[in-house]
Amino acid sequence: MEMLDLTVAVLVSTIAAATPLLFAALGELITEKAGVLNLGVEGMMLVGAISGFATAVTTGSATLGILAAVLAGAGLALLFAVLTLSLLANQVATGLALTIFGIGLSSLIGRGYVGTPLDRLPRLDLPVLSDLPVLGPLLFGHDALVYLSVALVFAIAWFLGRTRPGLVLRAVGESHDAAHAIGYSVIAIRYAAVVFGGALSGLAGAYLSLAYTPLWIENMTAGRGWIALALVVFSTWKPGRVLLGAYLFGGVTILQFHAQNMAAFQVPSQILAMLPYLATIAVLVLISRDVTRIRLNAPACLGKVFHPAG
Amino acid sequence: MASQSTASGNGPPRLELRGITKAFPGCLANESVDLALRPGEIHALLGENGAGKSTLVKIVYGVLRADAGEVLWEGQPVSIGSPAEARRLGVGLVFQHFSLFESLTVAENVSLGIDHKEPLDLLSARIGEVSARYGLALDPQREVHTLSVGERQRVEIVRCLLQNPRLLIMDEPTSVLTPQEADKLFETLRRLASEGVTILYISHKLDEIRALCDRATVMRGGRVVGACDPRQETARSLAEMMIGGVLAEPKRAAGGKPGEPLLVVDHLSTTSDDPFGTDIRHVSFTVHAGEIFGIAGVAGNGQAELLAAMSGERLSPTDAAVRIGGEPVGHWGPSRRRNAGLAFVPEERMGHGSVPEMSLADNALLSGHGGQGLVKRGLIRLDLVRHAAETIIDTFRVVATGHHAEARSLSGGNLQKFIIGREILQQPKLLIAAAPTWGVDAGAAAAIHQALIDLAEQGVGVLIVSQDLDELFAICDRIAVLFHGRLSEPLATHDTDVERIGLLMGGLFDQPPDEAADQSGRTHADPA
Amino acid sequence: MPIRLEPRGEASVAWVYLTPVLAVGLTVIAGGVLFAALGFDPFRTLHAIFVEPLTSLYGLTELGVKATPLVLIAIGLSFGFRANVWNIGAEGQLTLGAIFGGGLALWFYGQEGPWLLPAMILAGAVGGALWAAIPAFLKTHFNANEILTSLMLTYVATQLLAFLGYGPWRYPDGFNFPQSRMFCYDATMPLLVPGTRLHLGFGFALFAVAGGWLLIARTLIGFQIKVIGLTSAAAAYAGFNRNRIIWFTLLTGGGLAGIAGLSEVAGPIGQLVPSISPGYGFTAIIVAFLGRLHPLGILAAGTLMALSYLGAESAQIIIGLPLAATGVFQGMLLFFLLACDVLIRFRLRLGRPVPAAAVAKSAEAGA
Repeated sequence: MEMLDLTVAVLVSTIAAATPLLFAALGELITEKAGVLNLGVEGMMLVGAISGFATAVTTGSATLGILAAVLAGAGLALLFAVLTLSLLANQVATGLALTIFGIGLSSLIGRGYVGTPLDRLPRLDLPVLSDLPVLGPLLFGHDALVYLSVALVFAIAWFLGRTRPGLVLRAVGESHDAAHAIGYSVIAIRYAAVVFGGALSGLAGAYLSLAYTPLWIENMTAGRGWIALALVVFSTWKPGRVLLGAYLFGGVTILQFHAQNMAAFQVPSQILAMLPYLATIAVLVLISRDVTRIRLNAPACLGKVFHPAG
Repeated sequence: MASQSTASGNGPPRLELRGITKAFPGCLANESVDLALRPGEIHALLGENGAGKSTLVKIVYGVLRADAGEVLWEGQPVSIGSPAEARRLGVGLVFQHFSLFESLTVAENVSLGIDHKEPLDLLSARIGEVSARYGLALDPQREVHTLSVGERQRVEIVRCLLQNPRLLIMDEPTSVLTPQEADKLFETLRRLASEGVTILYISHKLDEIRALCDRATVMRGGRVVGACDPRQETARSLAEMMIGGVLAEPKRAAGGKPGEPLLVVDHLSTTSDDPFGTDIRHVSFTVHAGEIFGIAGVAGNGQAELLAAMSGERLSPTDAAVRIGGEPVGHWGPSRRRNAGLAFVPEERMGHGSVPEMSLADNALLSGHGGQGLVKRGLIRLDLVRHAAETIIDTFRVVATGHHAEARSLSGGNLQKFIIGREILQQPKLLIAAAPTWGVDAGAAAAIHQALIDLAEQGVGVLIVSQDLDELFAICDRIAVLFHGRLSEPLATHDTDVERIGLLMGGLFDQPPDEAADQSGRTHADPA
Repeated sequence: MPIRLEPRGEASVAWVYLTPVLAVGLTVIAGGVLFAALGFDPFRTLHAIFVEPLTSLYGLTELGVKATPLVLIAIGLSFGFRANVWNIGAEGQLTLGAIFGGGLALWFYGQEGPWLLPAMILAGAVGGALWAAIPAFLKTHFNANEILTSLMLTYVATQLLAFLGYGPWRYPDGFNFPQSRMFCYDATMPLLVPGTRLHLGFGFALFAVAGGWLLIARTLIGFQIKVIGLTSAAAAYAGFNRNRIIWFTLLTGGGLAGIAGLSEVAGPIGQLVPSISPGYGFTAIIVAFLGRLHPLGILAAGTLMALSYLGAESAQIIIGLPLAATGVFQGMLLFFLLACDVLIRFRLRLGRPVPAAAVAKSAEAGA
């Protein structure tokens, strides 16, 4: 029974660890499907995390905190969009700038909040269901954002695969010149996709600072924004596989924590802490090896600057 | 201007343009252009590259806005602000460069190009109907990257027809078709015209226009310079109207004997690593010294892959599959092949044959770094590089401000002259050129053709890969056809005609199963 | 009136040099607004950041101390960025350089000689290059994105250094701090100006600037780097080997970052500690772009960024400005630069296109 309890505990914390990755990767998926590569996920997550935390502490409302995080992420993404879509700046360089800026901005805002306590985002305890053994904590004992993240996977898969706006979004990422020639507003569609991606990055940050570890620590994302970017490649731009990848990485993170706490493991904690990053590299290598598959699935205009000629 | 701007016969013109003017920085693309199109006519818009045809089309289709002038639709002044508005009026456009999305299906592509929302399964059914009615066979579920170029054009046409256009604009539609496919397209267009659809047919191919069109408007330098009934004109008179001068034709001294084999391709097969690419299968041919050898074929039949295997950008599976001057070079990269006497002019002059953002001096170094002593112990000798660029500019009369000019600041024809000149001045034994005069004005094209002919007469082997049959017939000694990655037997130019090459371009040589079983993979072209 | 972008026929040479100046100017203005918003007197703050550190010889030499790693790393990164090889893991390569070189100093503690420092510098370069060889190998063999792999390796490097500091390399008499013993005299960088901290590494940085200029402007490999970065198809046409350039740029970048890391631990720090760099590896990305990927530009930009570090320290002491403001300031600078860069290739135009008559004379070229 103890083993089962431990397994359930590991799985529950896996879900919690995966949720921010899922939000951020889904946001980036939409951005990249429209043909834009935003490397600023880490920065947007951090600013989302501190905005959400500061707002929740100040107002006492977690909902307002989440809203603030979403707006902050969207705001930074809008800045990115202005630079890359209207002023035609290089997307890689601008994304890096966004991350550097986000790291600085978040620690500047957050310097008064280090060590401030905050209540964890409440679980949606459902009568009876949440008390079920095993299934209760596994399926019905999470906070609202966990359910939102899973619902988003299905919503985005439906949007991209079954709706006309989703088709238009994919078309813009596939060939901006053709989309422009037919008469779609490439720039406007990309603005929307980038801002949506930023909003989800902000939400991912809020999940970290309000639910996962309800605290503000400088650089608390610890590379999760970059792992989310790798997850999009891992998923070959398919929402369902983003879910799979995020939960896989959540699992690696949690196993590493549990291993650190087990006396049986003689491996130093710093070596264990390398695991998620090494796993990211391994996964990238495995997926990227198949060049044809990447070429067939990656949006053909990913990262390319669009300026309608004449 | 002739007084044809008002309607003739019954009712107002379907579309009338009055005084359309459009300027871009540094050039006036359209200058007070007048044009009137009647219901049910096939009207040719004729002009060289850069004459302003495409700009005019973009204005009519709402992609661009004119700086001045009026647009009247069936007698009513209209303002066309976007392609969607153009489609609502009843204007359909089949693009010159296809506006399709490779990874999406035919039905999804069509859906993106029409404005009313319609479930994909219903739309697929309607695609079936329209394509059956006009003889444009299409499978709505196929992904576009699996289609041939001709099929892609059908997608565009069907997409237009589904909106019941009353004006259909075709921008250089036959440049990607075999002559037979072009004939089928003409039947479809005549049928549409007989149903009352106006067709604006944009081309610089004079024979087609004479065969198809009722009226022609000729543009040059952004202005309308004439109007005529093309059926009353000769190809030559039309050409002179278009160019505004006398057409220079390249001169080929007759019947030099072919020299020793310079390029031998022997059962070359390659597998494309581009999922949208074509595999080369058992291709064999020989180019001799002093010969111009042409490879015809519709785009997408393996030209890019074959050229990459010739230039060394893509290595061959066996060393002996490609031999230059007897030396097996299949495993050599581009630089080593250059040292063996190969020069190469790629199809895409901007971004393949040259670096657009770099100066002409740097672009001279691009393919010249191996020879001519431009690089010594890893260090670039700037003075020699600049001098090499100036020599190219002077020898080939490239219009440019000097060796420091960026490649992208040159016009298409001048950049092409620079690239061909750069390759010729390396004094190659063998020159390979892809589409050497594509999109180049007639003056530059004639100069380029003459330079290639002169080169062959000095004993250089020349290989031309082109879709333009007129070009191939004008300068080549022998022509072979590439289809689905396979090459036909070469035919002597004086022994064959456009019709027969056209059949080969449609894949006829691939047909006889008994011959196709031949181990060598080479089949004879026809039974006659 | 809408603002339009109108392409220039050729890139504007003037704006190539003017945009960094414009970006710095805009950043100073925006920074002033930011400081005012944080409740600081903007003029006093700007004075504390940009003027105060330059008022003494010690301040000037400190500028060189801070600029040394920035310039070294940025020169290396600039080769890669020109070739579209996005090594953003210089921070990790710096760490490995410090581990390799510093490890040598600890290994030979007590048996030193004048050979030790050169060996450490070499080991630092090798360490950084080895760490950068991983993304190079994964990119050339498995097509794995070097942005993500090099960055992930930075996190791994940080953990590796922490492991060594907490574990095998901890100095037993060091009051339980996770750091090594101090290096001996032969394992530290000689000083260029006695009584300051300006060390030999600054000489390396200047050497890298000169070498970088020669490489990019005069050598065939520099030409190959530029062509590959601008159009990979043209590079293939010219016969330039892309994988070789990936290896070259990553190894040089890693090696220079490794030397920068070694110069820090064998220079101003003098021992291995868990945190050897305040993000030099990331700031160097800004330095490379701000310097237009040009060696002399990088020298100027590196000096400016060094000033921002020094200034932030002095502003913290004088008026209590939080250190985190530096990151915001640096990020803003890069944003402004990227935004202003549009002026190199485009003109800004207000409203409708120019009237036809103005250009009617040049109707030769087509649409």
